[in-house]
Amino acid sequence: MSAWEPVIGLEMHVELDTRTKMFCACEVTKGDEPNTHTCPKCLAHPGALPVVNQRAVEDAARIALALNCSVRPRNIFHRKNYFYPDLPKAYQISQYDEPLAVDGWFEYWVGDEKLRCRINRVHMEEDAAKLVHAGGDTGRIAGSDFSMVDFNRGGTPLIEIVSEPDIPSPEAAREFLQQLRNLVVELGVSECNMEEGQIRWDANISVRPEGSTELGTRTELKNMNSFRYLQQALEAEIPRQVEIIEAGGRIDLETLHFDPDTGTTTPLRSKEEAHDYRYFPEPDLVPLVIDPAWVEELRATQPELPAARVERFTSQYGLSRADALVLGSSHALAAFYEEVVALGAGAKPAANWTMGEYLAHLNAAGLEAGHGHVTAERLAKLVKLVADDTVSTSSGKDVFAKMIAERAEPEEIVEKHGLGQISDTSELKAPVARVVADNPAQVEQYRGGKQQVLGFFVGQVMKATGGRANPRLVNELLRKALDG
Amino acid sequence: MTALDPLRLTARVAKRLLVDGEISSAELAKVYLDQIAAVEPRVRAYILVTYDNAAKYSTKVDREMQAMRGPLAGLPIAIKDNMVTEGVTTTCASRILHDYMPVYTATAVRQVWDDHVVMLGKTNLDEFAMGSSTENSSYQTTRNPWDLATVPGGSSGGSAAAVAAGEALWALGSDTGGSIRQPAALCGIVGMKPTYGAVSRYGLVAFASSLDQIGPLTRSVYDCALLLQHIVGQDPNDATSVALPEPVTLPDAERLDGLRVGIPAEYLAAGIEPGVRARFDETIARVEELGGTCTQISLPHTEYALPAYYIIAPAEASANLARFDGVRYGYRCADPVDLLDMYERTRGEGFGPEVKRRIMIGTYALSAGYYDAYYGRAQKVRTLVRRDFERAFADVDLIASPTSPSVAFKAGSRTADPLSMYMCDICTIPVNLAGLPAISIPCGLSDGLPVGFQLIGPAFSENRILQAAHALEGAIGFEPAPTFCDSGAVAPDGGGEAAAEWSPQPGGLCAQAWKEAQE
Repeated sequence: MSAWEPVIGLEMHVELDTRTKMFCACEVTKGDEPNTHTCPKCLAHPGALPVVNQRAVEDAARIALALNCSVRPRNIFHRKNYFYPDLPKAYQISQYDEPLAVDGWFEYWVGDEKLRCRINRVHMEEDAAKLVHAGGDTGRIAGSDFSMVDFNRGGTPLIEIVSEPDIPSPEAAREFLQQLRNLVVELGVSECNMEEGQIRWDANISVRPEGSTELGTRTELKNMNSFRYLQQALEAEIPRQVEIIEAGGRIDLETLHFDPDTGTTTPLRSKEEAHDYRYFPEPDLVPLVIDPAWVEELRATQPELPAARVERFTSQYGLSRADALVLGSSHALAAFYEEVVALGAGAKPAANWTMGEYLAHLNAAGLEAGHGHVTAERLAKLVKLVADDTVSTSSGKDVFAKMIAERAEPEEIVEKHGLGQISDTSELKAPVARVVADNPAQVEQYRGGKQQVLGFFVGQVMKATGGRANPRLVNELLRKALDG
Repeated sequence: MTALDPLRLTARVAKRLLVDGEISSAELAKVYLDQIAAVEPRVRAYILVTYDNAAKYSTKVDREMQAMRGPLAGLPIAIKDNMVTEGVTTTCASRILHDYMPVYTATAVRQVWDDHVVMLGKTNLDEFAMGSSTENSSYQTTRNPWDLATVPGGSSGGSAAAVAAGEALWALGSDTGGSIRQPAALCGIVGMKPTYGAVSRYGLVAFASSLDQIGPLTRSVYDCALLLQHIVGQDPNDATSVALPEPVTLPDAERLDGLRVGIPAEYLAAGIEPGVRARFDETIARVEELGGTCTQISLPHTEYALPAYYIIAPAEASANLARFDGVRYGYRCADPVDLLDMYERTRGEGFGPEVKRRIMIGTYALSAGYYDAYYGRAQKVRTLVRRDFERAFADVDLIASPTSPSVAFKAGSRTADPLSMYMCDICTIPVNLAGLPAISIPCGLSDGLPVGFQLIGPAFSENRILQAAHALEGAIGFEPAPTFCDSGAVAPDGGGEAAAEWSPQPGGLCAQAWKEAQE
C-alpha cells in the first residue's frame, strides 16, 4: 500500500467591525432587537441602490496587505444571483474575476516549522441576513414550524480570503486558521468572535500519493465551526478518500457536511449544490479605483503583525521560539506580557509566569488576556517579589491563586498570609538543625559521598517552613551543617 | 382667473401667471383635475390620481407662498409609477407591487417635491417599464389622445398621454431604450433622456440599471430645460450619478448658425414609414434654413444595437426583479406549501408575460456556458456602438434621426409579435447603450398623428441639444391638437382583461402633506 498525503486549501469569511454596513448607512450591531438596523437599501426595497463603504475597503486592503497580496488598482463588484430569504436582493454583491487583491502568502508555524501558504485572493462582499428557525426543537430548518429573517446582519461587510491548496495536514490547517485569525484581530478590523460567527470557513481537501505534484479531485467541507472541528473533519475525510481511491473508485467533486457528533463527513444533496450564480458586473456601482499612493499609506501605517512580533520577542526578550510563539501570536496576550515587562518584571520570569499560571487562569476562567483580576500591574509586582526573594517561587503560586480569590494586591496577600520568604539565617538555623538531627541515616549517606541526598534535606526544610524558606539560603546552611 | 387651455398651457406661462397672481396654485391644479375628470375615462393615463394631495398641497402652496416661493412652486406634475413616493403606492403597473407602499421617495421626485411642485398622480407604464406601447400594464391600456384607438407609446405612455391630453402640465418619465422619447414622439410632446448619470436613479425601480435614466416629458423645449434643471445632480445615494460639468440653462436660441448636424444613414435604412420620413426630411431642411449644416454620417454598428440591448437589458432585469420574491413586501401567492412553491407561484402570478419573457431571456443569457456568447458579446457590441458615436461627434455637433420609425399604431396590433414591438425603439436604443443625451420634439403630423424628431448629442451636451431643439421648435410651430377621436378598427387587446381584474388604486392619498407631517 502506498502512502498518501493530503492537500488542503481554506476559504475564510471575516465580518468586519465597521460602524456601518457594506452598502448602506445602517449600523453594524450585535444582539439588538431583530430588524431594527435596516433601511430601503439593505432590505432591497424597489429602487434602492448600493453605495460602497469606504472604511470597509480600507479594512479589506489592510487584510490584503498583511497577507502580502497586491491590491489591484481597479476592481469590480459582481452580482452573485440566487434565491434565498436571507438574501433580500436575491443577489449578493460580491467580487468575482476582478477582486480587491490577489497573489499573496501567509507564513505560519506548526511546532517549530515555519510554513508558507499562498493566498489566491482577498475580496469584499456583503453578509446575508440571519435566519431563525422557530417552533419544533431542532433549531434547524428541517423540523421547524416557521422561519424568521433578521436583517440586522444583512449587509455587514464580509471579507473572503481564499488560500491556495498549500496546507499539508489537518493540524497545519488548524494552525493556519488560528494564526490567520490572530492576524486579523491584530489589524483591528474584526474581533473575529467565533460564537457570533464573525469568522467562518470551509476547507477543500484532496489526497495524492506522497511525493506526487498533481492534485487529486477535491471535496469541500462545511459546518466546522471550531478550530477543533476543522481538524477533526479533515482527519476524517482523508481516510474516506484514500479508501475510495484504493478500492478503485473516484472522488466526486462535492460538498460534504461535517457532523461533530459522529465525527464523519457526509455529502449534502447534490441538487442543492447545482448552483449557477450567473455572475455579472454590478451595474449599480462604478469600478472601484484604488490609488496606489493610498495603498502605500496603508502599508506604512499597518500595525505590527504577529509574525514580526514573534521575531522581535526572540531578539528583544531573548525568548525561545516556542515561548515567543505562545506569547507573540495573540494581540491581547502579547500586549499583556509586554506590559508586565514594561512594569519592571524580568523578561524571562515574566514569560514563564504569563505562559504558566496566567494562561492557565485565563483558560480556566474563560477570559481574554488583559481581563480579570490579575492585571499586568499585579503580575509584574508578583514577578518582582519572587525575583528579589521576598517570596519563594512556590509561595508565589499561592499568592497568584489568592490574587484571583481575594482580588487583592500581591504585597497585601504576602503580608496578610505571612507568605514572605524566610531569608533570615537565624530563623532558618533551627529547622535546618532539626532536619539534620531527625534523619541520621540520610546524614550518613550524604557524608558517605551521596551528594544527591541534599535535595531531600532541602525538601524537608521547605516543608517545615511551609515553602517560605529561601532555597539558596537553605542550601547554604545545610551544606554547612552536613559538611560540618 | 383667465380661462386656461390645459392642452396648450406651458409651465413657462403657468409660472408667470402664478408669479403675477393671475392664477392660484389651487386653481391651476383644478384645471388639470377637471381635465382628468373629463378625459381620463378615455385616456386612462393615471394608475393613481392623488386628488387630495393636489387639492390640499396646492392650497398650502398658495397659503404659504412666501415660504414656498421657488422656481417651480405650485406647478402640477405627473410622476411615472416606477418612481417610489413615500406614502403613495408605487406599482410599476405590476400585480406583484399592486399594494406596495414605499418607505422613501426617489431622489428626482424629492427634488421636485422640495421645490413645491404639486403631484397630480402616478402614471401608467408598461409593467416595470418593459414595452413600447403601455399595453404591458397589468392594470389598464393607456390610449393616445390623438386617436384613442392607438397606443401612446411606452413605456412612459401614461406620462406622455397625460401631458398630451392636458391631464398634466408636465411629467417625469424614465427611458431605458426610448421609453421617454418614443411616447413623447407618438403623443406630440417633448421628451428628453439626459446623459446617463445626470439624474439620480435612486428610487427609480430598476429595469436595466446601466441604461435607465429619468427625464422630463413636457409641452415645450423651454419647459423641458426648466424641469431638467431641477432634477439633475450628483446623488450620494446613486454611485453612478455625476454632476453635470455646467448647469442646465434655459434655452433661447432661434438660429442654428454653424451647427453641424449628422444624419446616420443606418437610421433611415430600415422600415421608416414614408410619412415619418417626409416630416424628418422637412425638419432637416429647416435645420439648414436656420443656418445649420446637415451631412450624412455612418454609425456602422447600429444593426447590432437592438440585439445587444435585448441581451443586456433583460440580463440586468433578471437580477433587478429577483427581489420581488414575496418575502418582505408586495404580492405573495396564497397558501404556499414550501419556499420554492412560494417563489414560483408568487412570481408566476405576480409578473405579466413580457416581464417573464425578459427575465427568462436574461437568465439564459447569464447562464454558465452562455455568458461569453451572449452577455459578454453584447457588452463588446455596446463598446462598438459607443465608439461609433464618439467618432461621429468628432465631425458633427449633434445627430438627428426620426425618434420612432412609425407614428402611433393601433392598440393590439403588435402585442402578438414582440419583435415588431421591439423595432419601435430601433432609433432610440443605441443612445441608451452609449449613455448619451437625446431629445424628441414634435415635427409635424403623418395621417393626423404626431411625428417625433430626435436630436442626439455627446455626453453632457444637454444645453447644446436644448438650444438646437428650441430653435427648431420655433421654426416648426407644431400645434398640439389632440382630438380624442377614436378610429376604432382593431379589437381591444388583452390589456382590458387584466384591467378588469386589477383596477387602479383609489385616490384620496395626500402624499406631500403626509410626507411633511412625518418630518
